[in-house]
Amino acid sequence: MTEQSTETMYLPTARYTWGGDEFLFVEFDEAMNLTANYLATAVAHGLEQLDLDGVVDVCPANASLLVRFDPDVLAGEDLKRRTQELEAQARTATQHTVETRIIEVPVWYQDPFTAEVSQRFREGYHQEPGGSDLDFAAKVNGLDGADEFVRRHHGSPWLVSMVGFVAGLPFLYQLVPRERQLQVPKYLSPRTDTPPLTVGHGGCFACIYSVRGAGGYQMFGVAAAPIYDPGQELPDFEDFLILFRPGDLVKFRPVDEAEYRAIQEQVEAGTWRYRQAPVTFDVEASIDDPESYNRTLLEALDGADN
Amino acid sequence: MALTIEQPGLLTTVQDQGRIGYYNVGIPQGGAMDQESAQAANKLVGNTAAEAVLECTYMGPSFTVDAPTTIAVTGADIPVLLNGTEQSAWTRIELAEGDAVKFGVLRGGARFYLAVRGGVDVPEVLGSRSTYAIGRLGGVDGRKLEAGDVVPVGSPVGELPSVAEIPESLRPALGGDQELRIVWGLYDHLLTDEGRRRLVEEEWKLTPVADRMGLRYEGPGVEWIQREQPFGAGQDPSNIVDAGYAVGSIQVPGGTQPIVLHRDAVSGGGYAMVGTVISADMDLLARATPGTSTRFRAVSMEEALEARRERARRIEGLWGL
Repeated sequence: MTEQSTETMYLPTARYTWGGDEFLFVEFDEAMNLTANYLATAVAHGLEQLDLDGVVDVCPANASLLVRFDPDVLAGEDLKRRTQELEAQARTATQHTVETRIIEVPVWYQDPFTAEVSQRFREGYHQEPGGSDLDFAAKVNGLDGADEFVRRHHGSPWLVSMVGFVAGLPFLYQLVPRERQLQVPKYLSPRTDTPPLTVGHGGCFACIYSVRGAGGYQMFGVAAAPIYDPGQELPDFEDFLILFRPGDLVKFRPVDEAEYRAIQEQVEAGTWRYRQAPVTFDVEASIDDPESYNRTLLEALDGADN
Repeated sequence: MALTIEQPGLLTTVQDQGRIGYYNVGIPQGGAMDQESAQAANKLVGNTAAEAVLECTYMGPSFTVDAPTTIAVTGADIPVLLNGTEQSAWTRIELAEGDAVKFGVLRGGARFYLAVRGGVDVPEVLGSRSTYAIGRLGGVDGRKLEAGDVVPVGSPVGELPSVAEIPESLRPALGGDQELRIVWGLYDHLLTDEGRRRLVEEEWKLTPVADRMGLRYEGPGVEWIQREQPFGAGQDPSNIVDAGYAVGSIQVPGGTQPIVLHRDAVSGGGYAMVGTVISADMDLLARATPGTSTRFRAVSMEEALEARRERARRIEGLWGL
């Protein structure tokens, strides 16, 4: 481990607690980090494999896990014991890898849609009503303006660390050391409107708003293609109406207005497909040397077709 | 067989027992907020517990039927008007072709349920007919009802029961103060002792911000422990690293107004949950009107499970009628 490894597999013991009589909650760490996220993903995967009668929903989150169960079928203490066993296995495994994929997501940064909505929510909502969300984000991160922030935003890949809030919304954690994480406070008060497919940011997390609605994250651009398709009209949604799963890797690619329009036409025609490639994500390799490991991850996309 | 909607009411949606198994991708459980009342309506018209009903909020819809059928209305106390004549709620009502149904002014409660013999027969999406409006899923075109909608009704699935009326003893009490039982847990350790005390010993009033996603209460506020926030958790002491939300859990953004999450809640977020309303009391929340004085009473897990069994016995009694 190098000095930049503020993360190790040896987190303190997880905290087990109850959400009423139907929910078990496991917090792997109070703070966000890749190890806690890996444990949440691995224990969730283990529970799904076990397929215990009475387990209703297994919901891995950024650094925690929520399990809904039916206490008439499965006693909470039994579920807790099985979950603790899976946690111990995940911690002592010799390899900490996830079979997943990397997906390229085209984004029109500094687009007119989020600009228009942000103008409606300035005074009383935003820390710096006089400037744009990106100007503010660059300033609080000590960067040289919006362009520099955007370059950093799409320069390194992101991990889908949680899916939720609303249907299909990914929370994304950038695969860079903690000291290089982009951190931006949420709006002072949430907006009542956010354009669909807004690429947002709150705390250390990016997100893509899957549907139009309320939101408190800073707005930097719009993704060019849907990530939620309730009509299942596009080929990427043939099997399921939601694109992202926890553990997916995302590479944002900046596009200009002309390319955004071209992608929109493909979406309209029903021919749009995301460029993506299968990868094995090695958590320790990412923690130890994120920069060179990110190059390896991105190489997987080079050979991918649309 | 179909209902033709003339006026949709304030917020009328198709709901059933909910959409289970997709919470991990942010699709909420959904389903009738007051499950016990919805089941009573289904019982009266010879449906099973699984058939979809219409959940109506504060103001009812008006509609006509294109064939003879059987309906029942349960839940909130509201006059049921058949061709202008008041009928009893909690009682089976026979309709003839062309009959018109509308509702009077609400007398108590918040949500009422209309079951039709055969069940509302919109397509199932991910195993449920429940409407999830934010995600444009389920129900009628993924939204609340609008004037002119034609709501399809399925074929009867069973015999009509011998009982034509739910006895008073099995109907929920409406109005008055509410006591909601909660189990401490999740992030309650982030509250000060005084904060915990206020949540369960002081009185809270339901605000008008109360819908299928959650119910917001006003009162003395709570107190959070001041601490250095963990990386990624946000600056306010009520913030956590975004996590999954338990249905029924209580969050207190900023420390002022507790919000109890209900069946259409967002599936996760960055506000600390400090306890959870027990499963047996979730239906009570659906019956509360703005201004309702509310106390949150902490109970043990054993008490929560006993209350759950008691509710199951009561519902079993309903189906045994």
